[in-house]
Amino acid sequence: MALKIVKGSIDRMFDKNLQDLVRGIRNHKEDEAKYISTCIDEIKQELKQDNIAVKANAVCKLTYLQMLGYDVSWAAFNIVEVMSSSKFTYKRIGYLAASQCFHESTDVIMLTTNQIRKDLSSPNQYDTGVALTGLSCFVTPDLARDLANDIMTLMSHTKPYIRKKAVLIMYKVFLKYPESLRPAFPRLKEKLEDPDPGVQSAAVNVICELARRNPKNYLSLAPLFFKLMTSSTNNWVLIKIIKLFGALTPLEPRLGKKLIEPLTNLIHSTSAMSLLYECVNTVIAVLISLSSGMPNHSASIQLCVQKLRILIEDSDQNLKYLGLLAMSKILKTHPKSVQSHKDLILQCLDDKDESIRLRALDLLYGMVSKKNLMEIVKKLMLHVDKAEGTTYRDELLTKIIDICSQSNYQYITNFEWYISILVELTRLEGTRHGHLIASQMLDVAIRVKAIRVFAVAQMATLLDNAHMLTGNTQRNGICEVLYAAAWICGEFSEHLENPMETLEAMLRPKVATLPGHIQAVYVQNAAKLFATVLKSQEGNTDSTTAQEASQLMIDRLPLFVQSANLEVQERASCILQLVKYIQKLQQKDVEVSEEVCALFAGELNPVAPKAQKKVPIPDGLDLDAWINEPPSESESEDEQPKAIFSKEEPKHSRPRHTEVDEKELARRREARKQEQANNPFYIKASPSSQKVYQETPGVEHIPVVQIDLSVPLKVPGLPMSDQYVKLEEERRQKERAEKKKKDKKKRKEKRSGRGKKHDSGPESEEDITPAHMVDIVTEEMPENALPSDDDERDPADPHKALDIDLDNLESAGKRPLADSEKLPVRSHRAAEVLKSPAEDEEGENVSSLEPKKKSSKEKREKKKDKDKDRKKSKEEKKKKKHKHEEKEEADLLCGQADEPAFQSEETNEVVTPPTSTSADEAATVAAAEAAPAPGAISVTTPDSEPEEPKDTEMEETKSSKHKKKKQKREKEDKEKKKKKKHHHHHHHHGDKGGEESVQNGTVEEEEPLPPMSNYCLLAENSYIKVAYDIQGNLQDGSQVVVSVIFENKCDSFLKSMEFNVLDSLNSKLQRPEGSGPHDSLTIPFQLPPGVSNEARFVFTVQSIIMPQKLKGTLTFIVKNEESSTHEKLDFKLHFTCTSYLITTPCYSDAFAKLLESGDLKSSSIRLEGVNMPFHHLLARICFHHHFSVVERIDSCASMYSRSIQGHHVCLLVKISSQTVSVDAKCDEPTLLGNVLDEIKQTFSQC
Amino acid sequence: MIKAILIFNNHGKPRLSKFYEHFNEDIEQQIIRETFHLVSKRDENVCNFLEGGMLIGGSDYKLIYRHYATLYFVFCVDSSESELGILDLIQVFVETLDKCFENVCELDLIFHVDKVHHILAEMVMGGMVLETNMNEIITQVDLQNKMEKSEFFPFFSLFTDVYLSVYQAGQVDTGRYCRSTCSCRISCKEHEPPGNAQKHQHRRHKHKSAKFTFLQVATARS
Repeated sequence: MALKIVKGSIDRMFDKNLQDLVRGIRNHKEDEAKYISTCIDEIKQELKQDNIAVKANAVCKLTYLQMLGYDVSWAAFNIVEVMSSSKFTYKRIGYLAASQCFHESTDVIMLTTNQIRKDLSSPNQYDTGVALTGLSCFVTPDLARDLANDIMTLMSHTKPYIRKKAVLIMYKVFLKYPESLRPAFPRLKEKLEDPDPGVQSAAVNVICELARRNPKNYLSLAPLFFKLMTSSTNNWVLIKIIKLFGALTPLEPRLGKKLIEPLTNLIHSTSAMSLLYECVNTVIAVLISLSSGMPNHSASIQLCVQKLRILIEDSDQNLKYLGLLAMSKILKTHPKSVQSHKDLILQCLDDKDESIRLRALDLLYGMVSKKNLMEIVKKLMLHVDKAEGTTYRDELLTKIIDICSQSNYQYITNFEWYISILVELTRLEGTRHGHLIASQMLDVAIRVKAIRVFAVAQMATLLDNAHMLTGNTQRNGICEVLYAAAWICGEFSEHLENPMETLEAMLRPKVATLPGHIQAVYVQNAAKLFATVLKSQEGNTDSTTAQEASQLMIDRLPLFVQSANLEVQERASCILQLVKYIQKLQQKDVEVSEEVCALFAGELNPVAPKAQKKVPIPDGLDLDAWINEPPSESESEDEQPKAIFSKEEPKHSRPRHTEVDEKELARRREARKQEQANNPFYIKASPSSQKVYQETPGVEHIPVVQIDLSVPLKVPGLPMSDQYVKLEEERRQKERAEKKKKDKKKRKEKRSGRGKKHDSGPESEEDITPAHMVDIVTEEMPENALPSDDDERDPADPHKALDIDLDNLESAGKRPLADSEKLPVRSHRAAEVLKSPAEDEEGENVSSLEPKKKSSKEKREKKKDKDKDRKKSKEEKKKKKHKHEEKEEADLLCGQADEPAFQSEETNEVVTPPTSTSADEAATVAAAEAAPAPGAISVTTPDSEPEEPKDTEMEETKSSKHKKKKQKREKEDKEKKKKKKHHHHHHHHGDKGGEESVQNGTVEEEEPLPPMSNYCLLAENSYIKVAYDIQGNLQDGSQVVVSVIFENKCDSFLKSMEFNVLDSLNSKLQRPEGSGPHDSLTIPFQLPPGVSNEARFVFTVQSIIMPQKLKGTLTFIVKNEESSTHEKLDFKLHFTCTSYLITTPCYSDAFAKLLESGDLKSSSIRLEGVNMPFHHLLARICFHHHFSVVERIDSCASMYSRSIQGHHVCLLVKISSQTVSVDAKCDEPTLLGNVLDEIKQTFSQC
Repeated sequence: MIKAILIFNNHGKPRLSKFYEHFNEDIEQQIIRETFHLVSKRDENVCNFLEGGMLIGGSDYKLIYRHYATLYFVFCVDSSESELGILDLIQVFVETLDKCFENVCELDLIFHVDKVHHILAEMVMGGMVLETNMNEIITQVDLQNKMEKSEFFPFFSLFTDVYLSVYQAGQVDTGRYCRSTCSCRISCKEHEPPGNAQKHQHRRHKHKSAKFTFLQVATARS
C-alpha cells in the first residue's frame, strides 16, 4: 500500500497542479505536515526544470503553501524567473507569488527592477496592470526611486485601467521615496479631474491618505475638493472627500463654516447610511474646530445628535455602534447635548454586544458630573456584579476608576463614598486590576488629607479581613490591595482608633503567604504602628500596653526574618533588633516613644509622574556616553514585577527628618485630640506650602459619625456605598435648604467664593459643594522644569518624511522644483551593478553615481531654498548653474571623474545633443520634461535627432507624447552608455564588438542574472557532496544560519542522515530543547539518487571578531537493493568573519559621518596582480563579503557593511594597474584584520 | 488603508490571506488564528466591527468582518476607511466572486485561491480601494482570463502538447471561463486525461449540488 502511494506520487510528480495539491492536503488530514513536506520536495524538483510552465505551476502551489504558513522565501529566485516569463499567464502567477512573499529584505528584489520596468512599458495593458499590482505590495525604497519616473509616465496612460492603478501606486512610492512627492504632485492633482471616475477616485484616495498625515500641506486643495464634493455622485469619492475635510477643518475654521451648509444638505438628502454617517462625523469635526462663540450652530449640533440618536436606536448593531462612536466625539466639546441622551446610553450598557457596551462606557466617561457620578457608578457597580467574562468586568472596573479619578477627582464630592467603592471593588473575584485599586487608594489617602481618618479605618478593616482577599491564591491580583492597606494604616497610624489591633492583624502568620513585596510593606508599617502605639502610651503610668506591643513584635517578627525574600528578611531583622533594644529600655522605664516616632516622622508629598523627566540636564552631562565600557553580553530585562509600585517604593527610603521637632509633635497631639472630639480635620502646620485648613460651615453634615463603618464590611455582599448615595441626597437637600436661607439673608461671605475655587465643572453644579472641603494636593514638580513637549511624533513614522510643502509648487512658479528634486531618470544603481557582474557589461558607470550625488546635494539645496525669498528663483537658478560649472571644474582638477573625459570626447562627436554636457544635466532635462513643473530650467533639447537611429520597437508604441519623451530619454541614456563604452572599454576590445550590435535593442531586454553561488564545499565522498553557506541573522546579533546542501552522488538511497558538530566555547549548534549538548540533529529528509536538498542549522555565536573552525560529522545510511551500509563523513565548518557581515545599504552622507566620527580603527592591504575589471572586483567583494557600494568614482569605490553585532566596516578600494589597495576602517580592529585577510584570500584564489 | 484581508472558514482554516504589510509567515498565521478567535466567538446578531486589533497596527485599526455561511471575510482597516463603506466593499467582493464562480461556495475558494487573488487585485491594490463597481471588476477579470486562454488556444489543435503542459500546470480551468468559446470547451474535454477529467467532473457535481452559496444564506438571514 505504502509502496503504491510512493509510486503514485512519483508518477504524478510532474502533473500535480494546485487543485491536486489542495485535494491531497484535504485527503491527508491526519499527516498534513508530512504530506506537505513531500509536496515541497516535489516542488523543489519542479523548480529545477527548465520548462517555464512547470516552474509556474510550482510557484503557484508555493503561493498556496505560503498561505498555510510555510516559508517559501527560498524560492524567491524562481518566482523572479516566473515573473519574467513573456506569457501573461505565468507572469501573473509570478507577480502574485511575489506580492505574497516578497518584502524589503528579500534580496532578489533588486534583480526585478528591469523586469518590472519592462512590464510597465509593455504594450499589453494587463502586463502593466499585473506589474503595478505586484509592485504595490513589495515596493522598496530602491524600486520606488528607480521606477518613480516610469510610474509617473503611466499616470497619463491612455487606458483608464492603467491610469488608476498608476495613480494609486504613487502613494506607495511616496512612502518609500518621499523625494518623489513634489515632482509628482502636479500630475496627481491633475488626476483629480480625470474624466474617468475610477481614476478620479484613485487620486482622491491617494491625496486623502497623504492629507490625513500632513493635512496642512493640502489646505490649498480645499476649493477643488469642495467643487468635487458638490458635483460628484460617487458615494465612495464623497466619503473620502468628506473624511478629508474632517482632517482639514481643524486647521482652517473658515473652511468649516462653508462646509456646514452642503453637509447639512447631504445629511438630509442622502439615503446611504455610510455617507450620512461620515457627513455627521465631519460636521462634528467642524463644530469642534469652530470656537464656542457660534450660537447659530446649535442647530447643527442638534441635527447631528438627533441623527445619531436615530442610528443608536436602530436595530442594526453596526449603526448603533457607529452612532455611539460619533456621539463620543461630540461629547468632548458639547457634553450637554449628549447628556440629554443619558437614558439611551445607559440602555446600551445592557446590550448583549460587548463592543457596544464598551463604546457606551466610553461615553459615560464624559457624561459624569458632580450630580450624577454616584448614580452612574452605582449602575456600573450593578453591572460589575452581573458581568460574566472577566475581561468585560475588568474593563468595567478600570472604567469606574477612570470615571471617578478623571481630572483630579473633579466630580467626586464625597471621598468616603469613593473609598468605600474601592473597598467594594476589592471583593471582585479574579480581577487583574488589584494594583489599580491599590494605587487609587494610596493616591486618595495621600492627596486628600481630610479622608485619612476614614481611609485608615477602612484599611484597618481590610487588613483584619485579609483572609478574604488572600483565601484563594488564584486571586493573585487583588492581594495588591493589601499593599496599599498596610501602607496607609502604617503611614497614617495616628488616625487609627485601635492601633494595637491592627498591629496584631498585620503580624498574623498568614501574612507570610503573601507576595514578598507586600510582606515587606507589612513589616515596615508594623514598625510604624508600633511607634504609634508607644506614643499613645506615652505619659501613661501603666506601661503594660507598650510592653505588650514590644512583646508581640518580638514574638511575630522572627517569622519574617526567615523569609526567603531578601527585602522582607532585611527589614524584619533590622526592626526586630530595634524592638529588642526598645524592650530593654522599656524595662528600665526609659521614655523611648519620641525617639521611635522620629524614625518615621515627615510628610510625604506626591510627585508628578513626569517630574523625573522634567528635571533639566545639567550642562556638560552627557547621558548617552558610556561610563564604563558596555558589557559584552546583553542582559535580559525580564524583571519588572512591581512596575506599578516602583513609583512608591523609593519613598520609603527617603531621608526623614531625624531631629525631633517638638512643635510638630505638639501639633500632632493637638490634632489627635481634635480627632477624638469627632472632628475629622486638623489644622495642618507642616512647613509645606499647602493651604491651611479651615473650619467650614458644612462640617455638621459630615456623616462620619452616623455610620458604623466596620459593620457592612463584615457582612460581605451588602454594598455599603449605597448608603452614601442616600446620605448624599439628604446632604444636598439640606444644603439647598440652607443655601436658600442664606440667599434670603443675601448670603454674606466666602463660601461661594471657595466653592468656585474647587468647582471647575459646569455652572449648574456650582451649588453642590463637596461634603469634605477637599484639598487635593498638587503633584510636585522639580524646580525649573522644562516646558512640556509631549506631542512628538514617532520618528519611525514613514509619513513624517512626506511632510513636504506642496503649496508653492502649484501656485505658479513660486518655488520651482530644484534640480535635485527631479525624479531620477532611468539609471542603474551602483549597488545593482555590483551585485551582478554580467550586467556590468553594460558599463554605465557614470550614471550609476547620479542618485547618490544628488541625495547629498539635495539636502543642501533644500535648505537653501527654504531660506531664499521665492521671488529670487531666477537668481537661484543661475547660482545652480554656476554650481554645476564649479563642480565640473573641480572634477577636471581631480582628473578622476568621467565627466571631463566624456566631455572632451563629445566635442569630436557631432551627433551628441548639446545639452548632455554632463550626465547630471542630461538627467535634469529629461526629468524636467517628464514633470511639467512651472519654472523648470529652460534648457531645451532639440525635438528630433535625425541622425539617431530610430528604435523600431519603440516606434510601435509611440502613441502618446510621454512615450516620446521617454524614448528620448532612453536614447540619451543609451548614448551615454555608448560613449561610456568607448571610454571605458578601451582596454577591453574583446567585449566591444558584441556590445555595439546589441546597442539598438532596448536596455530592458536584459534577463535577470543567474545567481552567483556563495556555497562552498564542506565535504565530499563517493556517496554524498555537502556544500554550505553561512548567513548572519539580522534579528539576533548572536545567531548565524548555516545552510547546508546535501547532494546524493550515488545510485543508492541515502537516509537517516544525522548532522553533528563539536561545539566550541564560542559557537554552539542550536539543538532542540531537551537534547544534550553532544546530540546530533536528524536531517528531516531523505535523499533519493541524484537528488539534493537543503537543511538549515542555527548556530549561536558569542564573539564574532575571530574566524573559527568547528569539527563535525555527518552520518547516514546508504541503502540499495542488496544492502544498507552505515557511512560517516567528517568535515570542518569554517566560520569566516565575512559570514558575520550583513549587506547593509548606506547612504554617502551617513557614510561620511561615520568616517568623520573618528571611532573607527583603520587598516589596509594591497593586492598585487589582480587582472580583472574593477567592477568585477567590486562585485566579488559585494557578493562574497557582503558589502554594498556606497559611492564609486572611476577606479575608486567606497563600500560598507555591518556585522550582526553592529560593527561598522568601511572600505575604500582603489585600483591602479593591477594593484588593488584596500583601506579599511572598523570599530573592531581584530574583526577588520580578519575580514581583510579573507578578502585577500578571495582574490588570491582567482 | 486596508492592512489585511483574510478569509477563513468556521473552523479557522485560512482560505485567503492578503497582507498589505509584510509579516513573517508565523506571525501571519498567528494573526489569522487570533482574528479567528476574536471573530468566531461573536454572536450572529452583534455589530460587525471589532476593536482590539492590537495584533495588527494597534489602536487605529479595526477589524470589519462579515460572515457568510461557512466563511468569514475579515478586513483589517485603519481610521481612514469608512466602516460602512468597507462592509459594502465586502458585499461587492462576495457578489463578484459569486458572478465569477457561478454560485460561489467555499470549495471554489479552496481550489481556486489564485483566481480569488486575481479578483481581489482588481478591487484592492496595495491596501487601497481600487474599484468598487462590480461590472467593471468582472469585465477586467474576464478580459484577463480570456487573454490567458488566447495565449494557449489560438491554434489549439496544432499545439495539443502545449495545451497538455498548460493543463498540467493547472492554469486553465477547463470548465469555467469558456463561456465565450463553446467549441473550445468541447475540445478541451476531449483532450483531458481521462482520469483527471472524471475526478474533476465528480468534484464539480458533488460539490455544486451539496453546497448552498453564501449569498443565499446572507439573503435568508436578512
